Amino acid sequence: MVHNETVLLRHREIPDLDNLAVYRREGGFQALEKAVTQMQPGEVTEVVKASGLRGRGGAGFPTGVKWSFVDNKNWPHYVVANADESEPGTFKDRDIMEGNPYQFLEGVAICAYAVQAKAAYIYLRGEFWELAARLDQHIAALEAAGLLGEKMFGAAYSLHISTHLGAGAYICGEETALLESIEGKMGQPRLRPPFPPSVGLFGKPTVVNNVETLTNLPPILTRGAEWYRSIGTEKSPGVKVFSLSGCVTKPGNYELPLGTTFRELIFGHGGGIPAGRSIKAIMAAGASSSLIIANEKALDTPMDYENVPSLGAQLGSASVIVIDDSVSIPWLINKTMHFFRHESCGKCTPCREGTFWMSHITERMARQAAISGLPDAQDVKLLYDVANQVRGKCLCALGEFSIEAVTSGIERFAADFKLAAGESQTAVGG
Amino acid sequence: MLAEKYAQEIQAILNKYPPEERRAAVMPLIYLAQRDKMYVNREDMAEIGAILGISASEVASIVGFYSLYYDQPKGKYHIQVCTDLPCALRGAEQFMEALCKRLNIQPGETTSDGLITVEPVMCLAACDKAPMFQMQSGAGLQYFERQTVESALALIEKLRADAARRFKTPLERGREGYGS
Repeated sequence: MVHNETVLLRHREIPDLDNLAVYRREGGFQALEKAVTQMQPGEVTEVVKASGLRGRGGAGFPTGVKWSFVDNKNWPHYVVANADESEPGTFKDRDIMEGNPYQFLEGVAICAYAVQAKAAYIYLRGEFWELAARLDQHIAALEAAGLLGEKMFGAAYSLHISTHLGAGAYICGEETALLESIEGKMGQPRLRPPFPPSVGLFGKPTVVNNVETLTNLPPILTRGAEWYRSIGTEKSPGVKVFSLSGCVTKPGNYELPLGTTFRELIFGHGGGIPAGRSIKAIMAAGASSSLIIANEKALDTPMDYENVPSLGAQLGSASVIVIDDSVSIPWLINKTMHFFRHESCGKCTPCREGTFWMSHITERMARQAAISGLPDAQDVKLLYDVANQVRGKCLCALGEFSIEAVTSGIERFAADFKLAAGESQTAVGG
Repeated sequence: MLAEKYAQEIQAILNKYPPEERRAAVMPLIYLAQRDKMYVNREDMAEIGAILGISASEVASIVGFYSLYYDQPKGKYHIQVCTDLPCALRGAEQFMEALCKRLNIQPGETTSDGLITVEPVMCLAACDKAPMFQMQSGAGLQYFERQTVESALALIEKLRADAARRFKTPLERGREGYGS
């Protein structure tokens, strides 16, 4: 089935969709009304489970299943929308919240109803200061219209939504660090288990969902799980907003069915690579990506949760950074490592020390490469060794993902590191 | 004293969180304390601690952890250019260097009139609109996207003229527009 309708970025087609009257005219809040007045909370969860919706923040965990883990013996429950969007290359949630804010807020309320939370927080990165002020206005408009607050739609259910601004820490996108941050602490990840559906915000059962995930909920409830499953692939149903950036003619957000190929995104929608250059690598999950060699096979690979791993990479939040042949991989990994060093929260030693020392090495390599064209072979070996010692030892994904570009870069782009083809595994890996 | 100056705002912030979880208000209260002078001093931290029932050093740990809080004065307008990978692939590093050169500063420094600080920053979720920067002042934070050196200099000239005339800045006017 050909899918050619917009589900999330509807503001591209409907002017003034950030106006409540316009959003309601377009069918807004029918899904929430249906949930609150006609459905049991558990029925909402079942529809979301049946839709196959998977978390859009990066992990791809089935959303309805996550909700079903919420501990019903411990109250109150909380819902937290993760709007910390800080992965280099990801800029989709901001687009959704600016252009189609009410669909997002309706999604927050549907999720809250499903788990019977009476309070929900939207955690926005501190840089989204203006956006948070606008969301506060939208929330006030909903309360004034009786669509949010006490006894919604005349039913017994009540919900309050508040925004909470972060203050410039990438780590707060990690859900347990985010919860610590709302609680007024340093944003450092918790040891898991327990996971938030058991012990979350203020020690209570909590669902943390990404903005894009939540924005999918109103159409799923209105049109049904079967409709949603008709889009995308069997294991990755639905649409995804792909953030396309880097060496590409038309960077931007593109809402496409999951399973669209890299080729269609980059060359079909993104206008291809600027004239005179050619594509070298793809990072599908922002700075946390393994580097994919951009050959014909890779370009024809569907972007979904099951096929991207066949390229030794992950889809993550689908922030596709295009790298062309003018970019040196030692320069690139120095950029990503500098980022992770800066953003490491300092709680666990492998990440704190690992990113610190790896960034020392990548800086020296980048300097050397700028002078002689290639980094020192001893540095390449040292970096690869350190990266492999960090692997599998970190408290959260920040440390684990910090080495993805480093190890995949050295292994897959050996020529950029003065290594003969095929030499990388043995000579460098030792 | 914050408690007198912002009594209503402080109460509105506290109301967002469960009464037994007052500490959750620490981040918005630090933003409030930063509003006038773009940094928080020891007195502010002690007062925030007293409002929330935590120690001043616990407040200081939050100020130290998060990069949008400052415990030292900076330029009145803090311009942070994203030079992370996606922006760097679209010329952000060259943009920042050229801008600093025109302002006679190095990245991280403040102009001689004490008004403008320019420095690199980590990803701001605007990768498709590079070069871009955010400008933070006590009154809030605003994005400027698809920039050129000339457009950035025009903004800075306007800020300087406004400061000289003691007019409100575009950022302050914008904030009033949101009615907060």
